[in-house]
Amino acid sequence: MSSVQIEIQLIASLVAIACAIPGTFLVLRKMAMISDAISHSILPGIVIGFFLTEDLNSPWLILLAALTGILTVILVEFIQKTGLVKEDTAIGLVFPALFSIGVILIAKNANDVHLDVDAVLLGELAFAPFDRFLFNGIDLGPKSLWIIGTILAITLTLLITFFKELKLSTFDKSLATTLGFSPVVMHYGLMSIASVTTVGAFDAVGAILVVALMIAPSAIAYLLTNNLKKMILIACYFGVFSAITGYWLAHILDASISGAMTTVLGVLFLLVYLFAPNKGLIAVLYRQKRQKTEVYLLTFLLHLQNHKEESERHVQHLNEHINWRTVESKSILSLAKENNMIKIENDIISLTRKGKEFTTEAINYITTNKSTAIEDMKDRFFLFRG
Amino acid sequence: MSNRTAITVDDLTVAYNYKPVLWDIDLVVPEGVLMAIVGPNGAGKSTLIKSILGIIKPIAGSITVFDKPYKKQYDLVAYVPQKGSVDWDFPTTALDVVMMGTYGSLGWIKRPGKKQKKAALEALEKVGMLAFKSRQISQLSGGQQQRIFLARALVQNASIYLMDEPFQGVDATTEKAIINILKELRKSGKTVVVVHHDLQTVPEYFDWVTFLNVKKIATGPVKDIFNDDNLTKTYGINYKVSVQQ
Repeated sequence: MSSVQIEIQLIASLVAIACAIPGTFLVLRKMAMISDAISHSILPGIVIGFFLTEDLNSPWLILLAALTGILTVILVEFIQKTGLVKEDTAIGLVFPALFSIGVILIAKNANDVHLDVDAVLLGELAFAPFDRFLFNGIDLGPKSLWIIGTILAITLTLLITFFKELKLSTFDKSLATTLGFSPVVMHYGLMSIASVTTVGAFDAVGAILVVALMIAPSAIAYLLTNNLKKMILIACYFGVFSAITGYWLAHILDASISGAMTTVLGVLFLLVYLFAPNKGLIAVLYRQKRQKTEVYLLTFLLHLQNHKEESERHVQHLNEHINWRTVESKSILSLAKENNMIKIENDIISLTRKGKEFTTEAINYITTNKSTAIEDMKDRFFLFRG
Repeated sequence: MSNRTAITVDDLTVAYNYKPVLWDIDLVVPEGVLMAIVGPNGAGKSTLIKSILGIIKPIAGSITVFDKPYKKQYDLVAYVPQKGSVDWDFPTTALDVVMMGTYGSLGWIKRPGKKQKKAALEALEKVGMLAFKSRQISQLSGGQQQRIFLARALVQNASIYLMDEPFQGVDATTEKAIINILKELRKSGKTVVVVHHDLQTVPEYFDWVTFLNVKKIATGPVKDIFNDDNLTKTYGINYKVSVQQ
């Protein structure tokens, strides 16, 4: 690996981490779309900032562009508060308006090659190492690395300092208010970080990938854990993984780095969406099927318990009586038999002692719904199916 | 019951989009009562509680908690919001939610430690939810979620408890468990104000009641004012409730 390659991967990884942190909170606050809005509407801020500073990496430009991002949030909330349109509509109104102002400003004024619309949307990570940060003539590495590194350091400091406050105001805004923490401050703090990160990252990776890096790793992490701290860590991990894998994919395919990174994120999300252990689609379907079987089995056992007469307990009559398809009744029948819940003599089914105990207890559990007894029962309930 | 006043609401008017939902409310909550706030849907019951807590800004009037503005007294007040007000899919556990109740006494930046964890575990024990401490909150039933909210309020160790429909969607067992805890709170001198829907249980559960329907209809001891006259005034239709004294 050449030093340029290492630098590119380092920048991409830092961008991924810097995006994943605010991204996690945006996803949990159901504000994923606002990152899309911010990433587009900072364009006029960048263009105006560029006219004023003539330096794409000036901190003033970053601050000015970040202010446009916050302005977007304020405008969206203002329109939404009138009650005339919904939030998604407000977002759809605000950011194209601001973005188009930026597009016109570029078309009318900027002849700088770096500030064309393509570069804004897709970024060009490959060029990032060529813009060096020189101090007294000493090369200190790519400017992008310093910018995103600084932003990441600020984000991490704020995250560690205000983790408790962020968590509380994200989970329960009204409790945060009543305990004397200001959710408004946390809200705009988060929006400011999201805006600054977007500006700092988008020069390297472009407006579209910034959104992908904020939302996709967090959405993946959301499906994999039930712990907020772990969710942030997992999001960072997947962000970095896709940044590096994406870089090499682009290298092999000779394609856009940001495009390849986004593709990797998309594939990763699809895989996790399908195969996540508890929240994945397949796990959910499997659980539903299991629960269905559970209810069927219980219905069957209850039927046996309720009927003493042999005609109701004949193997052949079960289909008609509980109105199941043959396949289902057969599988339930064998399940009950495997677990020693029933015995069959001359095609007449009757409950075993274990079956009777289980049925009584299960009915009791369903009808009374009593606190800790549920736990115990549920464990055994699940255990018996092995 | 002492002679102190826990909450004083003075000429309170709250409006949403210039339509008053609470109109010129004067209300005194004496210290040490277990008070129900009753009234029809849209009567402003939740709004009243949220105004006391400063979640909603009134357009007129003032509210004091033990003779000082709420902002100076927030450590004295615990709030149990409606269960539906939060996202139960949030990645956190029952214990962690209860720990959030300690954040107020910690203040900014400081993190919860052993002392806070111990208090949270005790609160979970009190509401009979200790066995569920590590459970993800979406895996809890509605009644269990309500108990978690109650435990979160208990851990604040406040003087005043404001609760927004704590019995909504809970089974009879949980309802009994919750009311027993509320009665215990009152016994230890705390003030408890509850937005309540089930008129039948008011005389059994509470000793004070406030009738509310945009305006305040009446407030006072249940045995004095919980009668058909006030119910009819509040709900607008003839009400006959047999009051067991």
